[in-house]
Amino acid sequence: MKQTYFLGGLREGETARVEQVASGGMGRRLLDLGLTEGTWVTCVQKAPSGDPSAYLIRGAVVALRRTDANQVVTGPARAADRAVPAGSAVWD
Amino acid sequence: MGLTAASTGGRAADTGLEIRRRWPDDRLIALAGNPNVGKSTVFNALTGLHQHTGNWPGKTVTNAQGGCVHHGQSYLLVDLPGTYSLLSRSEEERTARDFLCFGGVDGAVAVCDATCLERNLNLVLQVLETGVPTVVCVNLLDEAERKGIQVDLPALSRALGVPVVGCSAGRRQGLTELMDAVSELGPALPRQVRYPAPVEYCASRLVHLLEDCGLNPRWAALRLLEGDETLMAEILSAADCPELSEELDRCREELAGVDVTAALAEALVRDGARVAAAVVRQSGDPDRRDRRLDRLLIRGWTGIPAMLFLLMAVFWLTIVGANYPSQWLSELLFGFQDVLTGWCGALGVPDWLHGALVLGVYRVLAWVVSVMLPPMAIFFPLFTLLEDFGYLPRVAFVLDHAFQKAHACGKQALTMCMGFGCNAAGVVGCRIIDSPRERLIAMLTNSFVPCNGRFPTLIAILTMFFVGTSGGPGRTLACTVLLVALVVLGIGMTFLTSRLLSATLLKGEPSSFALELPPYRRPQFGRVLVRSILDRTLFVLGRAAAVAAPAGLLIWVMANVTVDGVSVLSLCAGFLDPFAQLLGLDGVILLAFVLGFPANEIVMPIVIMAYLSTGTLTELNDLSALHTLLVDHGWTWLTAVCTMLFSLFHWPCSTTCLTIRKESGSWKWTAAGLLLPTGAGLLACFLTAALARAFGLA
Repeated sequence: MKQTYFLGGLREGETARVEQVASGGMGRRLLDLGLTEGTWVTCVQKAPSGDPSAYLIRGAVVALRRTDANQVVTGPARAADRAVPAGSAVWD
Repeated sequence: MGLTAASTGGRAADTGLEIRRRWPDDRLIALAGNPNVGKSTVFNALTGLHQHTGNWPGKTVTNAQGGCVHHGQSYLLVDLPGTYSLLSRSEEERTARDFLCFGGVDGAVAVCDATCLERNLNLVLQVLETGVPTVVCVNLLDEAERKGIQVDLPALSRALGVPVVGCSAGRRQGLTELMDAVSELGPALPRQVRYPAPVEYCASRLVHLLEDCGLNPRWAALRLLEGDETLMAEILSAADCPELSEELDRCREELAGVDVTAALAEALVRDGARVAAAVVRQSGDPDRRDRRLDRLLIRGWTGIPAMLFLLMAVFWLTIVGANYPSQWLSELLFGFQDVLTGWCGALGVPDWLHGALVLGVYRVLAWVVSVMLPPMAIFFPLFTLLEDFGYLPRVAFVLDHAFQKAHACGKQALTMCMGFGCNAAGVVGCRIIDSPRERLIAMLTNSFVPCNGRFPTLIAILTMFFVGTSGGPGRTLACTVLLVALVVLGIGMTFLTSRLLSATLLKGEPSSFALELPPYRRPQFGRVLVRSILDRTLFVLGRAAAVAAPAGLLIWVMANVTVDGVSVLSLCAGFLDPFAQLLGLDGVILLAFVLGFPANEIVMPIVIMAYLSTGTLTELNDLSALHTLLVDHGWTWLTAVCTMLFSLFHWPCSTTCLTIRKESGSWKWTAAGLLLPTGAGLLACFLTAALARAFGLA
C-alpha cells in the first residue's frame, strides 16, 4: 500500500517532490507560489513552536502553516541534496 | 524609507483608484509586480513622492498616484499593491487586474526581483497576456550581484517579446533607461503561454467571437473559460455577440473534467520556469547567508529572545540618542521663553496676550519639541532600518503560532509592528489580511501597542519615577528593560483581546496563511537615517503646530477664565477627579487624556501646563524639575504606574478612529475600536489601584 506523504510532514533540511495540490482556494494560492506537480520543495526552517514552517519553493522562501502545507501531497522525503538546486532546474 | 510622513497619520488612507490626471494628455502607467520587489521604491524614485517602502511583503496596500515628466511627455504613475497572480482570488488581485484591464491604462511596468526571477515571471506573463503594452523592469540588480546571480537582460527581452530594463531603484540606477523604454511603448507581440491542448482549442474557438470586445481577445477567451464570474458579465456585455454564450457553453461541456484554473496556473508557472532557466545564471548558493541568519534569528530557542533583544536594542538606542538633543533643546527653547517674556514686557504687551501666546502656545510647543520630538525622531529611523533589513516577516513567523491560538492571522504581527510607528498606518496595513474577520480583529487591537507618540510619555515617566534622572548607563538600561516590559504587556493584551474577540464578537476559524520571507537586504544606513529623521521631525513639528499649539492655548484659557472665582480648568478637573481617583489617576491627568484625543504626544505637555497654571512653579527646564512638579501635585508611584497603564490602554487617537471607520465602513466597529482599549485601560488601572491600596502600598 502506497504511503501518502504531505508537505507538512517534511522535517527541517528535507526535500521532496510535489505530486498533487488539493483544489480549492488555498490550493490555488499554493499554485501561484510555484507548488506545481514535479516541483522540488525544501523545508528550510521550522518556527520555535514547530508551526509554521518555511519552505524554499522555486527560489523564494514562503512560510506556511501545517494545515495549509498539508494540502500538498508529496513523494517521500529525502535529505536536501546540494547538487539539486531547489526549484528551477528540475521542472518536467 | 519606511513609514514616512506621507504614509502615516491622516494620509495613511487611500487615494483610491479615481484617476486624477494633471494634464489631459497624461499617459497612465501602472506599476505591477509581486509583493516586495521594489515597486514602491521605483514609484518614489520616479515621482518624488514618499510612499511606504521596506523589505517585507504587503506594505503597499493603498493605491498611490504620482506624476512624472520625461522628455517632455507627462506621465501619471499608479503604484498597485503587490500580487502573486491576476487570476483573482483576493481583493487586491482583483483590484490590480481590473485596473490593468479596465482602468484605461496606456502602459504597464512589470517590476521583478532579480534574485527571484522565476517566481516573478508568473505575474509578468499574466500581465503580458492582458495585452497592455508592457515594459519589464528587473529590479534589485545590486542585490542579485551580491548573491552571484546574473540575469541576461537581452535574452529575457527576446524570450518575452517586450523591452526589458534592469535597475537598482534603491540606488537610483536604471531609472532613466526605464522611462526611455516607457516613452517608446507601443503595441507589441509578447510571448504567449501555451496551455494544454483542450484549453487552447476552446480558446481559439472563442477568440474570433471576441475580436471587437475592446479587450485582448485571447485574454478574454481564457477568462471566460476560467469561469470567473466577476469578469464574465463584463466581457459578455462588452462583446455583445449572441453566439458567444452558446459557444462558451459548448466549450464548458468539453472541458467539464478539466480544472481550468489549475491548468492555467500550472502552465504559467512552468513557462516562467522555462524562461528563467534560460536567462538566469547563479554561481554558488545565493541563499546561504540568509539561511544562516535565519538559523540565528528564528530557530527554536533563539526566536523569541532575538526579538526581545532587538526590541531592547532599538529602545535603548532611542533613549540614549534622545537624551542629549532633548537636554539641548529644552535649554534652548525654555531659555528663549524668557527672552520672549522680556520682549513682551519691553513692548508693553498686555498680560493676557503674553500669557496666551508665551505661557500657553509657546510653552506647550517647547515641551513637545524638546521632550516628545527627540525619541520620536530617533525611533523611526531605527524601525525603518529593521524594516529594510527584512526582519519583520521573521517576527510574524515566530509569533504566528500564538496568533493561531488566538484564532487570528499571523500577518497581524506585521500590522502590530506598523502600529509601533503609527496606529493609523497599522490599521490601514491590516488590508494585507485577506479574511474580513481576522482583518477586523487586527484593526481593533492595533491600539494596544504603544505608538510613536506614546513612547516619550512612557520614557519620561519611567525615568522620573522608577529609574532616576541622574543618567548613567545602568539607568538607561533599566529604563529600556521597563519599557520593553510595557511593550510586552501591550503585545500580551493584543493576544488576549484577539482571542476574546474570536470567541465572542468575531467568531470563526483561522484562515489560511502564506507569508513570504524575503531575502535579507542591506539597508542604506546613511540615507535612511538622514531622510527618516528629517521626515519625522517635520511631521511632528507640523502636528505640534496644528494640534499642540491650540491645545496649549485652550489650557491657558481654561486656567485663566474663572466662573464664580474658580477656573474652568479646576472645574473640569474637579468634575473628573472622583472617578479618576478610583483609577489611581487624578482629574487633570484624565482631562489631559481626553484633550489628547487628536494626538497622543500632547498628553504629557497638557498635564504639565495644567499643573503649572495652578501652582507657583514657573521655571521648568528638565525632568527632575518636572518630577518635583508632579510630586507637588500629589503624584505617587501608583499615579505613575496607572498613568503609564492608561497611556498604553486608552482610546485610539482621532486619526486612528477615523481610519478604522474608513477601513471597516461601520460606526459599530469604530465604537468597538474605541471602547476595547478604553475598557482594558479602565480595568487595568482600577485593579492596580485597588490592589495597591488594599495591600496598603499606596
